[in-house]
Amino acid sequence: MDLNLQELERTEFPVPAELENNIAITSLSQLYNWGRRNSMWPMLFGLACCAIEMIATASSRFDFSRFGFEVMRATPRQADLMIVSGTVTKKMVVPIVRLYNQMPEPKYVLAMGACASGGGPFKEGYNVVSGIDKYLPVDVYVPGCPPTPQALLFGMIALQRKIDGQSIANGDDVPWYGIGPAEPTPVPVLGPDIIDPRQMDMIRRQAEAAAEDMAMVGQRELPSATQLVAAKVATAETTGAASAAISDDALSFVLPTGGNPWTEAEEIREKRRLRALARKAVRASRRSAEAEEE
Amino acid sequence: MYGTGLAKGLMLTLRHFIDSFVDDLRYGLRKYSHSTDNFGLRQGTEAKGVITVQYPDEKVAVPERFRFVPFLIVEDEDHPTRSGKDWCTSCGICAKVCPPQCIWIVRGNDPNTGRPVPEPEAFFIDIDICMNCGYCAEYCPFDAIKMDHDYELASYDRTSHHIHDKEKLSKPASYWRSIAPTRAYEEMLVRGTWEHKDAAKEARRGSASPRASSRAQETQAEAAPAAVATAAAEAPAPPAAAPAEGATPWSEDDAKREERRRKALERKAKRAARSGG
Amino acid sequence: MVSPALAPDDVVNALSIEDSIAYLKSKHPDAVADDEREGYSGVLVQASKLVEVARAIRDDLGFDYLSSATAVDYLGAGDHMEMVYHAYRTSGGGALVFKAQTEREDPEIPSLVRVWRGADFQEREAWDLYGIKFPGHPNLRRILMWEGFHGHPMRKDWREAYYEEEQKPFDNRWPGGHAHRSEEKNVFGKNVTYPPDIDLNRLMDTSESEVYASLGLGVDVERILDKDGFETNELVVNMGPHHPSTHGVFRMVLTVDGETVTSLEPVMGYLHRNHEKIGERNTYLHNIPFTDRLDYISSMGNNHGYVLAVEQLMSLGRKYNPPTYRCEAIRVMMVELSRIVNHLWAIGFWLNDIGAFFTPVLYFIQERERILDFFEAVAGSRMMCNYMRFGGLFGDLPERIKSVSNLTNDRIRDYNTMQFLTEMVNERIPRTIDELEQLLTQNEILLERSIGVGILSGDDAINYSAAGPLLRGSGVAYDVRRADPYSIYPELDFDVAVEQDGDMYARYRVRVTELRESVRILKQILPRLEATEGESIWADGKPGAYAPRVPFGEAYGRVENGKGELGYYVVSAGGRGGSSNPWRYHVRAPSFINLTPMGLMSSGYKVADIVGILGSIDIVLGETDR
Repeated sequence: MDLNLQELERTEFPVPAELENNIAITSLSQLYNWGRRNSMWPMLFGLACCAIEMIATASSRFDFSRFGFEVMRATPRQADLMIVSGTVTKKMVVPIVRLYNQMPEPKYVLAMGACASGGGPFKEGYNVVSGIDKYLPVDVYVPGCPPTPQALLFGMIALQRKIDGQSIANGDDVPWYGIGPAEPTPVPVLGPDIIDPRQMDMIRRQAEAAAEDMAMVGQRELPSATQLVAAKVATAETTGAASAAISDDALSFVLPTGGNPWTEAEEIREKRRLRALARKAVRASRRSAEAEEE
Repeated sequence: MYGTGLAKGLMLTLRHFIDSFVDDLRYGLRKYSHSTDNFGLRQGTEAKGVITVQYPDEKVAVPERFRFVPFLIVEDEDHPTRSGKDWCTSCGICAKVCPPQCIWIVRGNDPNTGRPVPEPEAFFIDIDICMNCGYCAEYCPFDAIKMDHDYELASYDRTSHHIHDKEKLSKPASYWRSIAPTRAYEEMLVRGTWEHKDAAKEARRGSASPRASSRAQETQAEAAPAAVATAAAEAPAPPAAAPAEGATPWSEDDAKREERRRKALERKAKRAARSGG
Repeated sequence: MVSPALAPDDVVNALSIEDSIAYLKSKHPDAVADDEREGYSGVLVQASKLVEVARAIRDDLGFDYLSSATAVDYLGAGDHMEMVYHAYRTSGGGALVFKAQTEREDPEIPSLVRVWRGADFQEREAWDLYGIKFPGHPNLRRILMWEGFHGHPMRKDWREAYYEEEQKPFDNRWPGGHAHRSEEKNVFGKNVTYPPDIDLNRLMDTSESEVYASLGLGVDVERILDKDGFETNELVVNMGPHHPSTHGVFRMVLTVDGETVTSLEPVMGYLHRNHEKIGERNTYLHNIPFTDRLDYISSMGNNHGYVLAVEQLMSLGRKYNPPTYRCEAIRVMMVELSRIVNHLWAIGFWLNDIGAFFTPVLYFIQERERILDFFEAVAGSRMMCNYMRFGGLFGDLPERIKSVSNLTNDRIRDYNTMQFLTEMVNERIPRTIDELEQLLTQNEILLERSIGVGILSGDDAINYSAAGPLLRGSGVAYDVRRADPYSIYPELDFDVAVEQDGDMYARYRVRVTELRESVRILKQILPRLEATEGESIWADGKPGAYAPRVPFGEAYGRVENGKGELGYYVVSAGGRGGSSNPWRYHVRAPSFINLTPMGLMSSGYKVADIVGILGSIDIVLGETDR
């Protein structure tokens, strides 16, 4: 692998021109992240349709080894990254959480495809978990059904970017260097339906309420985005106002544009737009020149 | 002899190994030149094996029919009369034909009369449910919803990024023509004009001699494809540049529309005068 | 017609379906009656006499192959449960359909496992999803859901947590679309419901213990406790659901004596995504992209089977035009291409399993990428093609396989479609098959690993309802394309691949031969495509409606897919003048039923062979668990 020292350099410590590509001054975090992100070993672990595209990504045409996702490890003990590639069922989520607990830290989860992100087309099914993030922390979501190999590669590069942005000094970024052993994720139980141990109290309350023939109690806190979308629709209904007016206020923070951690896509689009504009201008000038000649 | 089968197989792997270098040598330094011809050749049927696509630096462009998540077509910003208007008439067929039911449409109502207007007030697609089947695009009678080719959508947070609202879904008609020139052209032939179906219908109803105008559109259409294909292949450029004389495809309709609007205003004035009287 | 009751065996064996039914009625006059519902076929058999009649069907009439056994819940349409069986003759011909009805409350139908072992998993599935008990079944446990799950989810009155409405499209999508995620309406934020009598203080996960309890109870298991005077303990080994060689989330529980497997219990359902429950809510059209996700290696074949089943139903109606010739030709071409993809994939990963680690499979994936490029250009997606429609196709072949620039750094490709196809069919694919053979067919290690391992005899293969290369590798020349032809296969020239040995190597040989036969078919298709250039791909000359109504009745459409016989049992009922949503939508999944003889095939072999045997069956979990 060719070593690109510029990747590591930090602008606040300039290197004399004659030493460029020989010396790089960097921070510990950056060096650590650089090493880490270029040796992300995914777990050899396929769930459904997306797994086939994952294999295609690993094969010679797309070859994710180029990014250091070098070897797929069949054991969780040697893996850094879990690619949840496909529909997660209630029956399967139990082993998945166990596997996650067995992975050594630092560990990352990439939800590949619509099913792993949010249940996908099978969401309404009685045996389908609507998104692995109901049980595990997910770092990158790759939409698509299934994502093409290039879309998966994009997601993997996105994960590398995320790692780049982390700092050893920040406990939120690298919780695994805290004091004491890390908490394992509680493993769900297959009862009459799947039971998340974290929700035990809630299930008990509901069961008690049901036993006393009362209505279900308790209101779940909605995720802010959809709550706002719902509010937006509600206002639209009551006021009958035009959509433009609502999308300005309510939706501006539903779909934040400023705080987006992943701006590459936007950058690409912007570049593409500028390119197109430039071409358009060239064409226009050519056309006007031709018109003048005539 | 025992072992010959094994040796034969190993010879094959060796040949593959050598072939990959021979192939590289054949293209020499040109393989780094990012030339399009080269790429097409090496990824096509004539090449030996598959050559790795250096993904972020070179990407396999997706074919026209490729489908990822849907998007909505709105009129181009430089359209003279309908700039930024939706092609969608909120008929709801996409929501009905969607297998996992990931489309929600709020039909637009006129704030004054309360009557439905042919534009959606809100439009949501949950891309965590969408199965990229393309039915919405296939069965839309107004060619207003299409499947996007942009697959680079990975995000760090699905709650805020994966429900696409109307703003995020809307893309100009020229974008569609740029990603799928052939299909856009075929659809145009069916519609009879580059315009939205309703606008075209209105225009046809408005024109004095419908047959003549449709013939005019046909000739225009015949002139268009080559220009469209070349224009679109290189950049997202509206096929506005298609006709030789530089007139936009809708300029002809414009005159008619202006005429019609004037007539409508006259009628309205007359009616108002009558009811007032 | 000969008097059937007195006829000698060989005459009875050759009776037509109608005569067979007459024979059954004359032999069991009080137990067998015609199914006279509109659009239905076959006979209704009294449940108490079912085993007896089934024996007569198998032994007297020669319908030795039970293709499908499935349950239907007729809630509100007769209020009964029904088991539907499709039996075929391995010598070819149509199906003898017979059904047995029972009450919805506490349903019971005698088990047919003693007649056809192939009914084993299918009856377990009916118990799991419909709650029908099968007295006489040796191991009636849940198969797709876990033991302890509340209720039987496929019953019409069982509703899941995210239940919205009985049928799609759902009302709230338009015109006042309330955008929300389903989890917001559920108190737990997940799609879970708990029965009111749940006792959290004594909560036990019984799913695992039940799996182990069922060991040694399977149909095929003979327990060897102590051998040769040694007191040896059997060891239970779990393989899966996370295991690199199980081709997905499949699990096998083995009991081993040393290194030798004494019994094997397949455990599945880890990818049970409720395909059929969702399918009954979908409209007919909605189901096509869902079928893509069954056997996700060869989605074109899945589309074909489903489209055939619904077209069969549609042909019961008055206005029906069969698909055009060009449409059929393109369908067959696509299906054969995906068979090539499927077999390349299957052989590649089987070789992986028995130690040829990744070199061959990488070579085959290269070829697969070419075919997928073609699928992507024609159908719009590499894997989930969603290409076929009722009476037509999504679109005709494009003139050029062309990509246009869109993102930065995009590289354009542009090929002529017919030229691309011709080169693929005449040069690339045959070359790959040659290489495949050169690489491994004579490889001594492969021969030693695969010859004589995982043997399944021809009789067992039929009795266990094995299908596809698994059946043909055991010397039974049964290929749906020849035995019960559909589409334009009758006029195409190809041979049914068959090998006599019944071991892993025989299945490998069958697949290689089928690859060559597929190329042979494709070579015949290409001139047909050129000859029909310009013909419409739509039966009615224009694209079909987005919400077709389908006449009442039942249909069983089956195709020979890469993995074996893929069947769709579709019932149209309810509503007036035909239905928009299927009442019952069942998939006869070859991957699922081919696992029934897995225990039989693997006992006595070493643990390392199990991996290869599973690979040689070639399962895909999307189809196994649905």
